[in-house]
Amino acid sequence: MKLIIAIIQPHKLEDILSELDEKEIHLKTVSNALGCGRQKGRTEIYRGKKEIGNLLKKVRLEIAVNDNYLESAISAIVKGARTGNIGDGKIFVTDLADCIRIRTGEKGSQAIG
Amino acid sequence: MINSGDTAWILMSTALVMLMTAPGLAFFYGGLVRRKNVLATMMQSFFVLCLISIQWILWGYSLSFGPDKGHIIGSLAWCGLKGVTMAPNPAYSSTIPHLLFMVYQMMFAVITPGLITGAFAERMKFSAYAIFTLLWATLVYDPVCHWVWGAGGWLRNMGALDFAGGTVVHVTSGISALVCALVLGKRRGFGHEPMPPHNLPLTILGASLLWFGWFGFNAGSALGSTELAVWAFIATNTAAAAAALTWMFIEWKMTGKPTILGGATGAVAGLVAITPASGFVSPLSAILIGIAVGFVCYTSVAVIKLKLAYDDSLDAFGVHGVGGTLGALLTGLFAQKLINPAGNNGLFFGNPGLLGTQLIGVAAVMAYSIAVTFILLKIVDAIVGLRVPDEEEVVGLDITQHEESAYTLLD
Repeated sequence: MKLIIAIIQPHKLEDILSELDEKEIHLKTVSNALGCGRQKGRTEIYRGKKEIGNLLKKVRLEIAVNDNYLESAISAIVKGARTGNIGDGKIFVTDLADCIRIRTGEKGSQAIG
Repeated sequence: MINSGDTAWILMSTALVMLMTAPGLAFFYGGLVRRKNVLATMMQSFFVLCLISIQWILWGYSLSFGPDKGHIIGSLAWCGLKGVTMAPNPAYSSTIPHLLFMVYQMMFAVITPGLITGAFAERMKFSAYAIFTLLWATLVYDPVCHWVWGAGGWLRNMGALDFAGGTVVHVTSGISALVCALVLGKRRGFGHEPMPPHNLPLTILGASLLWFGWFGFNAGSALGSTELAVWAFIATNTAAAAAALTWMFIEWKMTGKPTILGGATGAVAGLVAITPASGFVSPLSAILIGIAVGFVCYTSVAVIKLKLAYDDSLDAFGVHGVGGTLGALLTGLFAQKLINPAGNNGLFFGNPGLLGTQLIGVAAVMAYSIAVTFILLKIVDAIVGLRVPDEEEVVGLDITQHEESAYTLLD
């Protein structure tokens, strides 16, 4: 089992979700996030004063998958999120120790699907 | 002889000027600070409304407008409003009750110390603020108000024109704000941490309420439901619009984008500058005054302040001090008797002498305000300390000064 955490551009969320749907990956968590990469945030100007280092609005997408779904999930995210510009985001993948469905008490691979 | 039309308009205007402090100024400043300080900032405006309302009745009105003492201050004879009645006082207005004039002026006394709060936002101890405000209203505002508007005041006798408070309200508060910013010092992290406004819609709401209330401030200063009130009303709206447009176009040119904060700031600068002139100038002059103040205040806030690197956090000096001074001087250029026979002609209408009078008025008020504000800050610092401790500044004034939060994380 793997946990995929993707930090993506907010305006690409719809594209990614439809790519994931095509691969029949439906279970996910989405939240608003702030962050920045090499561009070190954005500059905003208030009354002529530059405010540097304001974090960028990002979306954080979390998906827990069984190993055999990992590659298709990653390719769906990359396909939906990529524009080729700086700021497209990152995908992190970690091993997932366990997963429990609260309603039934199922554990592990069964609980993820 | 009391005129019911005049009385109705000044009652209305009194309420309009009250609206400028809270919610107007409270929202305007509240939106500009970081989220951890919004309540403390709004509290400063709300508190000054309460505090000076009482001060004005007990002794403020008497010091400002009471029987003259040596052309510099009113006596204490009218303390507690003794002798201030429903009968009009012809020295101020012969068609409205003296008590109505008193309460109308109260709202000016309320907003003036409120304007200063923009200079020391996000770092002043509340107890220090309360003491400073009471002392400042009594020892700076009340005397200057007497000089300019009180019967027998020396600037009034000299013929200095200040229709609705460019000098009395904006120069006093603006220059005192600069002293406060310098004496208190910068906020922690100023210059290397971002400190963007936390809620610009609040600020825009506040600026728009200020604009609305300003009709009572300026057109109400005609002290009657008169043609002069109509002139002042038009000049007020015109200058605000011209200054806001000017500011936005400068930004568009200089930084690539016009901003709504720039528009709101420009509008307030225009309202400040037209305040002393509003009852003496034509609508076309008001456009020119608005454009001029747009350029000058933009330069003071976006260029000079950054070069000198002082932390006038919400630009109380940059907008009110600079705009008020410019407005007082431009009154010396654009005033015309055609609009207000009780006024005077300015330089552009054949009377160069008025500009000199205006200059003396502004210079005297500035010098006095700087000196007294500086002394008061030193006294308050010795009694309770001006600034909150560093760790309280980091946590925010809402929690540390008032034990309240504006926004919760959940719900």
